[in-house]
Formats: sequence, structure tokens, C-alpha cells
Amino acid sequence: MGETYAVEMLNITKRFPGIVANDDITLRLKKGEIHALLGENGAGKSTLMSVLFGLYQAEEGVIKKDGNVVQIRDPNDANDLGIGMVHQHFKLVDCFTVLDNIILGVEPCKLGFLQKKEAREKVVALSEKYGLFINPDMKIEEITVGMQQRTEILKMLYRDNEILIFDEPTAVLTPQEINELMKIMRNLAAEGKSILFISHKLAEIMAVSDRCTVLRKGKCVGTVNTAETSFEELSAMMVGRSVNFKVDKEDREPGDVILDIRNMTVASKSHKNNAVKNVSIKVRAGEIVCIAGIDGNGQTEFVHGLTGLEPLVSGQIFLNGEDITHDSIRQRSTGGISHIPEDRHKHGLVLDYSLEYNLVLQRYFESQFTNGIGFLRRGEIRKYADKLIEQYDIRSGEGPVTIARSMSGGNQQKAIVAREIDRDPDLLIAVQPTRGLDVGAIEYIHKQIVKQRDAGKGVLLVSLELDEVLDVSDRILVMYEGEIVGQLDAKNATAEELGLYMAGARREEIDQ
Amino acid sequence: MKKKHQPLLRNSGFQALIASLFCILLGLLIGYIVLLFINPNGAWKAITTVVKNFLYYPRPNKQLQYLGDTMVKTAPLLMCSLSILFAYKVGLFNIGAAGQYVMGAGASLYCALAWHMPWYICLLAAIVAGAFWGSLSGLLKAYCNVNEVISCIMLNWIGLYLINILLTTVKEVASPYTLELAGYSPGSMLPNLGLNTLFNNSKYVTIAIPLSILMAVFIWILLSKTKFGFELRATGLNKEAARYCGMKEKYNIIITMAISGALAGMGAALLFLTGFEKWSCTQSSVPAMGFNGIAAGFLGGLHPIGAIFSSYFIQHITNGGAYVDKTMFSAQISDLISAIIIYLCAFVFFLKQFFTGVANHREEKRAGKTNEKMGGEKQ
Repeated sequence: MGETYAVEMLNITKRFPGIVANDDITLRLKKGEIHALLGENGAGKSTLMSVLFGLYQAEEGVIKKDGNVVQIRDPNDANDLGIGMVHQHFKLVDCFTVLDNIILGVEPCKLGFLQKKEAREKVVALSEKYGLFINPDMKIEEITVGMQQRTEILKMLYRDNEILIFDEPTAVLTPQEINELMKIMRNLAAEGKSILFISHKLAEIMAVSDRCTVLRKGKCVGTVNTAETSFEELSAMMVGRSVNFKVDKEDREPGDVILDIRNMTVASKSHKNNAVKNVSIKVRAGEIVCIAGIDGNGQTEFVHGLTGLEPLVSGQIFLNGEDITHDSIRQRSTGGISHIPEDRHKHGLVLDYSLEYNLVLQRYFESQFTNGIGFLRRGEIRKYADKLIEQYDIRSGEGPVTIARSMSGGNQQKAIVAREIDRDPDLLIAVQPTRGLDVGAIEYIHKQIVKQRDAGKGVLLVSLELDEVLDVSDRILVMYEGEIVGQLDAKNATAEELGLYMAGARREEIDQ
Repeated sequence: MKKKHQPLLRNSGFQALIASLFCILLGLLIGYIVLLFINPNGAWKAITTVVKNFLYYPRPNKQLQYLGDTMVKTAPLLMCSLSILFAYKVGLFNIGAAGQYVMGAGASLYCALAWHMPWYICLLAAIVAGAFWGSLSGLLKAYCNVNEVISCIMLNWIGLYLINILLTTVKEVASPYTLELAGYSPGSMLPNLGLNTLFNNSKYVTIAIPLSILMAVFIWILLSKTKFGFELRATGLNKEAARYCGMKEKYNIIITMAISGALAGMGAALLFLTGFEKWSCTQSSVPAMGFNGIAAGFLGGLHPIGAIFSSYFIQHITNGGAYVDKTMFSAQISDLISAIIIYLCAFVFFLKQFFTGVANHREEKRAGKTNEKMGGEKQ
């Protein structure tokens, strides 16, 4: 027993159907340290924290608190052990005051009457001790995001939690607020609290943490002392050097400009800042341009703005030289834009429609499928569906009449890819086209994308997977906090270099 | 065309049929138990009377005539249930069918009694009035994001009192009822084309009955065979996907509510233009027809063709309830029994989900086995 650990998670394994989310992960949190947990999306960070917080039960492994084995069955157990969490999306009651939110659930009562005065004194004392400036009487809806976060932190402190988990706390903050948060975290650690800090932003981890554990694809890559490591080492650990397979692709000279986006700005739905800020991008014929970046840096809003799902705050979009800024979604799609959407269940498919109906979802109104008086030509739809099913090898239980919901994820995605590619678009937008698919399906979809490019189409690929970014694309643009911060030639780019841009550690001015 | 075998439990038509029949039996059983509690001696007779309806009369002539009466009231009920299921297919809950029905009644009666318009103009007026009333909720939903249930309920009451005021100008002097249609505007009565002779010359049997059935077939075709129906159903099943592929979601919401309202409004005209009922200008509750339409829609498995049968059934037992022996049971007992069955109709939906759940469970088991063989793929 050389060192004392506040919490130890030993050999944690957590499986979900078809995937091992945490594979034999060990994490030791020392008393009074700030311990960062780094990893890409889907690396298993959130699962691990959910196990610690009692939201999931691990199949294997033990959790120790102060050296003793503990069982954490639900968040209440976690609370009793002094483990508190600031979630990425705050859990506050908007129309309550800061004080009400802090005491919510542990209200001090005497004979059924609230004793707010005591609570208030404790909250004020805590906020002074740790430098957490709040006004206890303001309503949550009236205060800034930074102050809301401080309210969440005070909630944990009010409950005398010793172990504080911060789940991507900086995602919604401005740079000034981030600096403020860093200071608060150091104060908390100095006062003996132990902090687990989940992030994929390298700069923040380097700035604030004492040690860092890196996860990749559910496995623990290692734990390093932050003082002895570097950006390069961390990003290499995060993304891994190994590449599973190479996409066969010949060099091609890009042709005319197909898509020209000028100064596009799109508002965010989750916070008050714009999600996409003044982005200009050109895509040429026979070129795969990839928007790389960590999830939540504006890629979704960028694509929605481009396809017409969200209105632009400002900027212009040109397709083949024509201004389509004010065109409807339908006009853009018939004008030559195909879109493989990020969320195939939310946008890509009508899950309770049959496969054949889903295959004509973008074309059902064409005269091939609808006659002059508005009746569907069901025979034609069936014929077309049969053709696509054969050509793209979409497998399903009952062929064209299979309900899309009952198909496997890979075949659902193949159906979308078939539908979008077969429309012979000028521009193919593929967002996360291989998310959650197995290796075979990924390879297939990559081939189809490259085929489109070889046929002289413009392809805009948005991806979070570094392997995909490096293998498939010709030109890489990195999006960070709604801006394009770097442009790389895919042939010469390395994962390490890309990682630096993605984590916001490096940026350059791009002239498009 | 090859057709692969589909598990019977998953077939939605089969599910709906079994679930509906189950609810009917369960409803009758509970109704019977309630009757037993009230008066054990007459319970069996009462429940059989409800089920028999017009068969209560021994003579075939009378039977036919009262079958006709039941069908006269089935027509508007069917229209209301079509109104509700149409909106429901597009993901909207049109609880305002009752109010749209009221608007249709008011418009058709006013055109008939104040202006002596021919029947087809009166019918058209009812359709337009209902469509207008429905589209108000649609507009509020599409542009102000007002929940259609809230706006519909409010419009129900606004509509009721508006129509009470309007029809006061064409009511009888000594009673709260509107003027006798046959006497004041015979040209506004729906024609019967000789259909009445089939029902022992019932005064009220008109083209309303075949017209409502035609509308059911029309709605079925519209929803399942046309581009328009394709869009509406896609919007109902997945609004986001509909938007993604360029369907006009707001327009679809408004047009759906307008069509839904038109159906309910037309339903009212199909009843009031027969002269079977008169409007009472002092009524202070929205007619139950629109609400019963919800039950009929669900009991019919939300299928337009199913709605024909479920509407008839609900009207059948409602009429049958009127013959229950009033010396043993209070007059309201008929309403109670039909209400029990109508409320159980809501379970059709849950039963269908239950069947699908069972089928899913079986399939998962099977898929689990094949998945293991294939190495498994993440969803």
C-alpha cells in the first residue's frame, strides 16, 4: 500500500450485444489529483464512467473506494460513496433558482418546512471557498452556461462529494469560461477533491491534468504522467497507428468546381453561439473532400445547412455555379445533391416502411414511379427495388417487402447508399457513412464512394473516424469549434498531425 | 410475384381482427358482470337485448326498418372515425372531429333552412366548414407549434356555441330544435334513390349510407395507393425522414387536418340532411359522435375498411341499448354498456403491440441463432 487511491476500477469489462465497450480497463484515481480520461468517440469513456456512476453494471472487474471493494448498483449508491458527476448536458430545472437547484433532492427540512437559510449559508460558504461565483437567487434560465456549470459543481460539493467526474465539461463553454473552469478544478484538487476529467481536447488535458489514461476502441492504451508526455504522444495513443485496411484508389486530377460554399454560418440548437462560423469550402469534380473533426464541432449543423435541413444565418451556396442558398430541400436534392445522412434511423429511413418504399424515398414523385393522376406505379417501384437490391447486394428477410426496421444496420446503410448513389448526383454528401458497421460493409461503402469520385462526381465526406479520413479522402479539412482550422493533403497527412488540428492544438489560415 | 410466408401474428390485418374481436367479447363480459351486480334477474336478458338490437322486434318488416335506422346513424359515425384515423396515420390526433362535425351540422342545416339550398350544396357547405375548422388546428400546429389536441378541444367549444347562435335563427318558435327539414326545405333532404324500399320504406335511409362506405374506400385508396398518401404516411411515421427527403411537413400537417375536418363535417351533413335528427340550439355539450369516432377508428384497427365494420358495431350496440328493459335497469344502462365496450376499444392498440412484441421476441431468438453463425453484426 504505497499510495492511496480514492477510487480504483480494476479490470473492468462491459459488453453490449455485438460489442465490447470496455475490455479489461484499469483506472486508478489518486487522492487530490486531476486525472484525465482521453479517447475518441466510441472508445468507451462514457461507458466506463457510467459503470463508476452506477448506470451500468460491469460484467467483470471490481471497483474499490479507499481500498475497499464496493458495489455501485445505481447513482444513489454512487452518491452515498461521495461520487458526483457533472454531465455534459446539465441536469438543472430551468425555472428554479440556483439555490433551489443545488438543494434539490436533499432539501433541509424541519417539520416539513424548508430551511433555506441554512442551505444558503452552506452554499455561499462553499462558493467562496472554491472561488465558484454564483448568485444563488438567479433563475437558471437567466444565467450563463458557465454559471450553470458552476451550479452543477456546487451541487456536487453541497452533497459533500469527494470524487468529482466532469464529462466533457468544456464542450459548451467559451474560452474564457474554460480558463475559469480550469482554475476551479485546480482549486478543488488543492482542497483534496479527486477529479476525473473526460475530454478529447488535448490542450485542456495538458493544461490541467496530473495524469492521463487513454482509451481506444474499448481498450486501455495506457496511463501517463501529463508532465512527461507531449501532444504528439497523446494523440498517437488516442488514435493508434495501426490501420486496418487500405482503400484502393488511383490518383486523379480534380475537375471543375461542383460545390462552392461561401462564408456559411449556421446557428446551433444546443447553445447560443453559432455552430458553424463563416466556413468556405469548395468541392471539385472527381475529388473526395473530407471534413474531419471531433464530434460536436459543427459538422452536423454544417451538413444540415448545406442540405437545407437548417436555415443559414448567413453565407451562400453554389452548386455547379448556380446559387442554391434559398432552394428547398427537394430542389437541392433534385438539383443534384445526394445525402447519406448521419443518423440513418432518424433521417435516412422510414423504418416502418418496406425496403422498396425506402428505396424510392427520394424519387417516388418522379413520373417513373407516380402516374399523371397521382397514383403510385407499384409495379415499377418493385422492379426498381429489385434492381437496386441485386446491384448493391442488399440482404433482407423478405426482399423488397421487408420492413426496414427488421433489417441489419449494415443492410439498412447499404439501402441508403444504393438509393443516394443510384440517383446519379453531381455531389454526394456522405456523413459518417460507416458508423457502427462491420469491416465488410465498411469496405463496400468505401469502394462505392471512391467509385463515385472516379466517375467524376464531387464527394463531401464527413467523418469522425481517422482511418476513414486518411484512407478515403483526397483532401482533408479539419473542423474545430465550427471553423475550418486546417487543410491537409491526404497523401502526406499523418494521424498525429490530424489529431493536433482536431484537438485544437494547431490551426492555420485557410484560403479557399 | 413471389410472396414469402409471414408469421400470422405479424400480419397487421390479422392482429387487428383478433384484437378487435377480443375487445368486443371482453367488453360484453364486463358489461354483463356490471348488469349482474345491479339486477341479477334481468342481466342476461338485458345483455342479449343489447347485442340483438333490431332483432328485438319479432316481425321482419320492423327488423328491417330498425336495421335501417342503425345504419342511418352508422354513416356519420363512420365519417368521424375516418376523420380520426386519417389524421392519426399522419401522426396527428384529431380530437377535434367533434367540433368539425358541429361545424358541418351547422353549415348544412343553415344552408338548408335559411337559404333552401339543394342537398348537394348543403353537403358541400358542411365539407368546407369542417375542412376550415380542421385547418385552423393544422395552421396552429404547423406555424405556432400549438399541440393539435389543445387547439382542437378549444375549437370544439367555440364551434358548438357559434353553431348554437347561428341555428337559433332557424329554430322552431316553441322548442329549442331546428325547423323540420322535410317541411321547410324538402329539396335539401338527401335523395334515397329507392334505397328506402329495401328497409321497409324507412323514411331516413338515403344515399348517405353508400356514400360513407364509398368515402371509406376512397380514403383507403388515397392512403395506400397514391403519392399523396405515401407522403402523408411517411410524415406520420418519421417526420424527420420526410423532411430529409424534401416533403413539405408543414403543408402536410395543414392539408391533413383540413381533410380530416372535411370528413367529420361531411359526416354531420350525412346525418342531419336525412331529417333523422334535429339540432338542439340549447345543447351545452359537444355531440358524442366525434368522440365515438375515436373508438370506432381504433376498434377498426385504424384501417378505413375496418372502420366500416367497427362503426356499424358500435352503433349497433348503442341502438340495442335503447331496448333494455327500463323497469329493471335505469335508462342510462345502455350508455354504460356501450361505453365499456368503446373504452375497451382503446386496448386494440395495446393488443396489437403485444402481438408484435411476441413476434419480435420469436424472431430475435431465431435471429440470435443465425447471427452467431454469421459472426454477428452491430446494429
